[in-house]
Amino acid sequence: MDGFAALHAAQPFDRVAARIQACTDADVERALGCPQPGADELAALLSPAAVPRLEELAQRAHALSLARFGRTVSLYAPLYLSNVCRNACVYCGFRADRPADTRTLTPAEARAEGEHLAAQGMRHLLLVAGEAPELVSQAYLGEVAARLRPLFASLSVEIQPLETEGYAALAAAGVDGLVVYQETYDPVQYAALHPRGPKSDMTYRLLTPERAGRAGLRRVGLGALLGLADVRAEAWFLGLHARHLMRHHWRSHLSLSFPRLRPSAGRFEPPRPATDRELVQLICALRLFLPDAGLVLSTREPPELRDRLVPLGITSMSAGSCTEPGGYGRRLRAGRAATPQFEVADLRSPAEVAAALKRQGYEAVWKDWDPGFMG
Amino acid sequence: MQAADDTLIIAGRSFASRLLMGTGKFASSQVLRAALAASGAELVTAALRRVDLANPQDDILSAIDPARHLLLPNTSGARDAEEAVRLARLARAAGCQAWVKLEVTPDPHHLMPDPVETLKAAELLVREGFTVLPYIHADPVLAKRLEEVGTATVMPLAAPIGTNRGLRTRDLLELIIAQARVPVVVDAGLGAPSHAAEALELGADAVLVNTAIAVAGDPPAMAAAFRLAVQAGRQAHLAGLGRSRPEASASSPLTGFLR
Repeated sequence: MDGFAALHAAQPFDRVAARIQACTDADVERALGCPQPGADELAALLSPAAVPRLEELAQRAHALSLARFGRTVSLYAPLYLSNVCRNACVYCGFRADRPADTRTLTPAEARAEGEHLAAQGMRHLLLVAGEAPELVSQAYLGEVAARLRPLFASLSVEIQPLETEGYAALAAAGVDGLVVYQETYDPVQYAALHPRGPKSDMTYRLLTPERAGRAGLRRVGLGALLGLADVRAEAWFLGLHARHLMRHHWRSHLSLSFPRLRPSAGRFEPPRPATDRELVQLICALRLFLPDAGLVLSTREPPELRDRLVPLGITSMSAGSCTEPGGYGRRLRAGRAATPQFEVADLRSPAEVAAALKRQGYEAVWKDWDPGFMG
Repeated sequence: MQAADDTLIIAGRSFASRLLMGTGKFASSQVLRAALAASGAELVTAALRRVDLANPQDDILSAIDPARHLLLPNTSGARDAEEAVRLARLARAAGCQAWVKLEVTPDPHHLMPDPVETLKAAELLVREGFTVLPYIHADPVLAKRLEEVGTATVMPLAAPIGTNRGLRTRDLLELIIAQARVPVVVDAGLGAPSHAAEALELGADAVLVNTAIAVAGDPPAMAAAFRLAVQAGRQAHLAGLGRSRPEASASSPLTGFLR
């Protein structure tokens, strides 16, 4: 075992969770005084002992984020290409064994969806697909990228894990970023929740961001799906995973997501749901641990909460999202509905999100990349 | 010399202001516009990754008044010389003047400049007729090497970008300033007007400020404060600062007996 998988294997999830629980006020005090918090300090900042100091954490996270990123938040939109998936993630609306209205967009349909988004000002796009390599093949992705590239400043993908060569090919086709969520860092829960399909190999997934880094992708996004296991331990592993990648693949910009599990079409009840307070603590602790990482917030969270989380250190948000293939066009035509991956809680349009940011003294950044970099 | 006659000359062009401003991190284009006006800055840099040169309504570009400001596009985010050169060419093709703030920053987290690739890119761009203002570490040898390939300035960093920590590289900046034949613009890390004044007092020809203005409680007021600090620092430099001493020097305990 190599890379982050080796580090992960050396730190049993339950023991990490217990260590975080056992942190004391003195540990928190020490962590807050540390100019460059390490793994032990992160544990303290994530611990129940830090809860009474949450306002102080928030103040620090805010100040650090302001200095590093200013009063700006980048906006992006997901474009769902396909909801066909060979996996059986117990919590997901796309799972293979659930009858769903499946659909895979043709490259021309993807372009049409892209045009709807570009018309709303979107310049950063995240292409999302379930794991179905026979439909969402490399050739298909290359064609989709070629059609969408002229409309967008940045194209990222959230698709089935690929080998290094696959990511290199995507980079050559004009894709500059990868998003891959580990879902959970708890091996026991991981095995229980991903019983079949290619995703059941936890190690392969753990090493996916490293393959993307080796292939030279400019942006790598990690995430833990909060609600599946101990939230504090998930955040600790997420932070360490990011730091490992920053050290080994220092040319790729790292961002972190912490989507909370919402009811999906499959009606899965999250065993360890994360509270708002826990989410806030996690965002602040990760900001103090990784002052330069991007922190991403999706439309899974409701508008009021999203607005409140921005000053804590959020650097990027999705807006106006549809989580079903063809959803943007359907919204206009009110046509056939495919199954969405999850229900969106923030239904505001990109313009409304930008206006809400403005009211808070933040500017929505639509473009923060240029295809000129890639030639 | 009177401060009023004291202009900054870069590549044969005169600038009344020794404060250059960056345009990132502002809460809105209105705030940016007001801060630019208050700063008195004439050279204004914007990241090519961030602006849309084809869009006249672009939030940053629309705040830059071509009558008052010379837009200095920067190549922030370029991983190597090839990318930086490509971006500079694209900006020129889109109608920008052939001035470029050369930034080769393969490390996206701290935006540390790559000295090897910066030198390579500078050589290529100068050959293509660009006026090149390179962002560098406070490395005196690199500064001379860049000067030799024909860059218009050198722009050494005072501290890691965005940290507001002031002249952390002071000893090296002094060497760069002492040896330079081109203007030295201290870039990155200046967090307070006093830091800017200190850079000018040292003999830097100008400073570039962004974060400290953009994230201030009142960015236009902070921009005005930097304008004044830069003027004060320059005037102090021209007036000739008294030497600072580590201890009081009222008497001569070791040599007094000679009288």
